[in-house]
Amino acid sequence: MFDAGHARRPLVEVRGLKMHFPILAGVLRRRVGEVKAVDGVSFDILEGETLGLVGESGCGKSTCGRAILRLYDITEGAIRINGRDIARASHAELRKLRPTMQMVFQDPQASLNPRMTVAKIIAEPLDEHTTLSRREKMQRVHELMDAVGLSRDFANRFPHEFSGGQRQRIGIARALALNPQFIVCDEPIAALDVSIQAQVVNLLEDLQEQFGLTYLFISHDLSMVRHIADRVAVMYLGKVVELAPREPLYSAPLHPYTQALLSAVPEPDPSVRSTTERIILEGDVPSPANPPEGCNFSTRCPRVMDICRRQEPEFREVAAGHFVACHLCSPQPETTAGATAATQVSKSVQQGE
Amino acid sequence: MTDATVQDARQSRAGRSQWADVWDQFKTHRGALLGMGFFIFISLLVIFGPWLWDIPPNYIDIRAKNQGPSLAHPMGTDQLGRDTFAQVLAGGRVSLLVGVTAMALSLVLGTLVGVLAGYFKRLDGPLMRLTDLFLALPLLPLLLVIIMLFRDTLRAAFGPETGIFILIVFVIGITSWMQTARIVRGDVLSLKEQEFVLAARSIGTPSHRMILRHILPNVLSPIMVSATLGIANAIITESALSFLGLGFPSDFPTWGRLLFDSTNFMTLNPERVIWPGLAISLTVLSVNYIGDGLRDALDPRIRGR
Repeated sequence: MFDAGHARRPLVEVRGLKMHFPILAGVLRRRVGEVKAVDGVSFDILEGETLGLVGESGCGKSTCGRAILRLYDITEGAIRINGRDIARASHAELRKLRPTMQMVFQDPQASLNPRMTVAKIIAEPLDEHTTLSRREKMQRVHELMDAVGLSRDFANRFPHEFSGGQRQRIGIARALALNPQFIVCDEPIAALDVSIQAQVVNLLEDLQEQFGLTYLFISHDLSMVRHIADRVAVMYLGKVVELAPREPLYSAPLHPYTQALLSAVPEPDPSVRSTTERIILEGDVPSPANPPEGCNFSTRCPRVMDICRRQEPEFREVAAGHFVACHLCSPQPETTAGATAATQVSKSVQQGE
Repeated sequence: MTDATVQDARQSRAGRSQWADVWDQFKTHRGALLGMGFFIFISLLVIFGPWLWDIPPNYIDIRAKNQGPSLAHPMGTDQLGRDTFAQVLAGGRVSLLVGVTAMALSLVLGTLVGVLAGYFKRLDGPLMRLTDLFLALPLLPLLLVIIMLFRDTLRAAFGPETGIFILIVFVIGITSWMQTARIVRGDVLSLKEQEFVLAARSIGTPSHRMILRHILPNVLSPIMVSATLGIANAIITESALSFLGLGFPSDFPTWGRLLFDSTNFMTLNPERVIWPGLAISLTVLSVNYIGDGLRDALDPRIRGR
């Protein structure tokens, strides 16, 4: 299923992305440290695919998504979208690049200006980047409202008159207004009711098919990511720990953190449920202002080794398209992915070191 | 049939401008309507009244001094026999004009400083320290110094009354913008972190349009409140200046001056204090109600409730 991926070119290339926020303290507001929200993340997103980005709260998913669109001034790293450098573009250049990349936000209430009508909200990107006449703009707004399944009669209403799902549709229509190639969906379904979540996700899939969109789908809902994503990246404390096509990741996760995360997904089948073992992680996520030495996950890893506390694991490809940052699968001669392989590899690592 | 009416309602709704919605909501606020009615009434009265009531405010009829209300003098006369009604009408022109223009000036200054300080992090420190500086200045001595320094030059340039009017408006304006600036800054700081501002940034909206389109409409309510309080404040500050002998010339009536002139005769005829006082408080009250109604009418979340 993934063979088509090799033919496609990467639309978004992220290399060593770092986003550190300074911590200021004292009377003189001196910089006393930094929160390493995103700390060296690299991945590609192929044209027309959906990359799922999962992880627990506060691991830097949203920051990563926003940094890719340069909503923050990034600390370090390279971002190329469609071959053009985003990371160091000036504000004027960036403004010209904005139409190709858009974002759908987490909170549909907060992401719409309460004082603007739906038509004005959807037309804002058109106002900024096109020279259409008022009539043509209205025409386009109506097209977009049709595309996301909103009645044209709603054009003159205000956001507070809508339900959560409808508001999210408005946000999606706004993101689509300029025919972007790449959309960052920042937990677009987290604030919605379960029944509405499916609607919105299906809408996103339909639109992807229709307009050939590329998504970075940020979520903490693993089953929803399994539904929509082609490949999945797992983040922990500002770093991507595992990146793989959907099926290998869900059937045979290699990183202990991914394993723990997946074991927490509720299993509807009781007979299967009794056989699966829930991995419960001890302790809390360390502060991103003061990450542990060595592997970030070493403080909570159920299979922690000595080396994990000293040396940071390298993010390497262990099978075709399957990247892991873990000492358990570090220097690996054979690239057969699988849970059993991981344990074997861990032994060889210990012997090898 | 019901379908048709719903359809009609939608059609009419889609075809209407937003200002019609604002007016509809404003009409539901009874206090605001009353306030606006009164404010229009008093404005018309002070603008056209002096033509209808043809006793000049400065006409001295010493034999008719200190009279109570009568048909010839509906509000009585003062110690020199000047007609109080004519003086209230003439004073209202100046007081309202000073109140509205000084409020507008302080509002523009306060909003500008507040939005710039809240939106641009680099300007926040300097602008807010400037605000603190103005807040810490002892106002009255400052006013005295400014008026001493500039009164004569302005009088020479614009004539005695216009010159002093410009001076007073300017002085009140630049000494009363700080509260607005602080309130607006606080609101802008919290608005700036909202997702819709982030969304606008991801669209590529430049800063000036971001402020005009997203920030300003959302800080309208504190600005409205400041505006209504500002008018009251300006009228009262003007009267304090007049009292100190630094405002308009002493034969030039304003509500504040009338009030202060009357205080000496309060025991003799107390109603002389009441008329200008009533005019000031009713005007301030009506403006407050208008501001209240406007704030509600401009907020689409409250509209229609």
